Amino acid sequence: MTDTTSTPIAKRPLKWTHVMDHLILILGALFMLVPLLMVLQTTTTTDLETIKNGPEFVIGDQFDDNFMSAMFQASGFSGENTGLRMLMNSLILGIGFALGKIVIGMMAAYALVYFRLRFATLAFWLIFTTLLLPLEVRILPSYEVAQKLGLLNTYTGLIVPLIASATATFFFRQFFRSVPEELVEAARIDGAGPVKFFIDILVPLSQTMIAAMFIIMFVFGWNQYLWPTMVTTEEGMFTLVRGIKQLTQDLEGTNIPEYGRANMLALIAILPPVLVVIFFQSWFVKGLTESDK
Amino acid sequence: MKRAGFATRWLPILLLLPQLAIIAVFFYWPAAHAVQSSFYLEDPFGFGSSFVGFDNYTHLAGNSEYGRIAKFTLLFTVLVTFFSLALALLLAVKADNVIRGAKAYRTLLMWVYAVAPPVAGFIGLLMFNQSWGPLAELAKSIGWDFKLGVNFGDTATAMVLVSVWKQVPVNFIFFLSGLQSIPKSVREAALIDAKSSFRRFWDVTFPLLAPTGFFLLIINITYALFDTFGVVDVLVKGEPGNNPMTLVYKVYVDGFRGNDIGGSSAQSVILMVLVLALTVFQFRLVERRIHYT
Repeated sequence: MTDTTSTPIAKRPLKWTHVMDHLILILGALFMLVPLLMVLQTTTTTDLETIKNGPEFVIGDQFDDNFMSAMFQASGFSGENTGLRMLMNSLILGIGFALGKIVIGMMAAYALVYFRLRFATLAFWLIFTTLLLPLEVRILPSYEVAQKLGLLNTYTGLIVPLIASATATFFFRQFFRSVPEELVEAARIDGAGPVKFFIDILVPLSQTMIAAMFIIMFVFGWNQYLWPTMVTTEEGMFTLVRGIKQLTQDLEGTNIPEYGRANMLALIAILPPVLVVIFFQSWFVKGLTESDK
Repeated sequence: MKRAGFATRWLPILLLLPQLAIIAVFFYWPAAHAVQSSFYLEDPFGFGSSFVGFDNYTHLAGNSEYGRIAKFTLLFTVLVTFFSLALALLLAVKADNVIRGAKAYRTLLMWVYAVAPPVAGFIGLLMFNQSWGPLAELAKSIGWDFKLGVNFGDTATAMVLVSVWKQVPVNFIFFLSGLQSIPKSVREAALIDAKSSFRRFWDVTFPLLAPTGFFLLIINITYALFDTFGVVDVLVKGEPGNNPMTLVYKVYVDGFRGNDIGGSSAQSVILMVLVLALTVFQFRLVERRIHYT
């Protein structure tokens, strides 16, 4: 749109189109950022102040208190769902989901790309049909299956059904296909078997891809809501995102809603995945935009 | 499959087994079960079920409430898709233009990707809080008495706004990476041919972005239909009542709360067919894309 392609930065005259570009970007950034800043501000004040004045442009001194009550004080009847417990469950779900997805996906993709299999086409279609139907449309029967297998309120029940789709498998299949053919030939000439080739050559070669997949899958797992809502009913098994609903109900019921504590918990639910995405931005963007090819 | 593959028989089967086992138990079994139970009427007290053929489907067709929810879902999907795509495209074009602060803008505009939909809904609840929410105050200042959870239109507005906020980053990331993959030579040629930046955008940039746009269109429709479950659930505070809801939320309400397994399964099957149609459409687009480039 502007002549940014060739002229060096220093020599460019200040044009009103550049000012407009920045203005629009700043407005966009504020649109994204203001809600978070509001949450952040209310975690530093007392609940009474929030109720009386709403969010303000000052930073209070209640951050520590709110943090302690969010982390260690339990809501609900069992006294088990402290912020710390929910944080742990969220980490187990996020990491367990990402690892499970990557390990199973890589194994299946390796089998599909590098082996002569009689029923390869059938396996391929069986696996990739799962890309078509999200968990949301088969949520009730999935719950019934988990119930029949005695998986309610277990980490297995929380994680494994979510792994039942082929996104990672598809991703790694695409990547393996782009690996030069000469590598396998060379490995075979050197006498390396399929297991050795996989562990010593293919896995190290996929490092960036694995990292990108891990970030995307960690965020995806951490942010799961519907499935954890159905499969966990015991408060000790709640994740932070699953606990959000209870927070809103707590805010409805009590005389002085505990905004400081609730907003702090929301903040704790937001920060880990957001930080992961920000710090590993380039891997994350690469993984995301290359998975559609 | 690679030309130079391994010929081992048992290893690929072993590698595929975990993936196949998980999708058999947690994908095919539930999906088949949903189709099956959509033809049955479950006894509300759990004393078996009886075959009713297409009754559950014809019942839905004649149900005015279901029709209303379907219409709302359509409107909701159109609004969310349009606004999040348009806003993201605008921001991506601007972010591609600027040189100063490009990285900072990119980070500020994409971090919301990692926020879970229900947490976004929770922030929406705070922003529209009756007594102190900043957006409710803003609405009041122009004479709009915003009543989240009470007034149908107001709740729907909040749902659309929160869902757009949550979806802009994904679209932004894809549009920006699409823009950055446009070769420099094309840009320079356009710069010589067309003086007005407006013309350059519509005649050169926009057509080159079309494949990304089509891909994102499907992604956004799927998002609005399914992933907004958390936004809806939190914004209506778990009490559907007269509040707006989407088709997926209705599946959950009828099946999980109302115990109408047959009706809920029939709704699931309708959604499955819808997603299948969308995906087939998408695959055909992708195929075409490979043909031309």
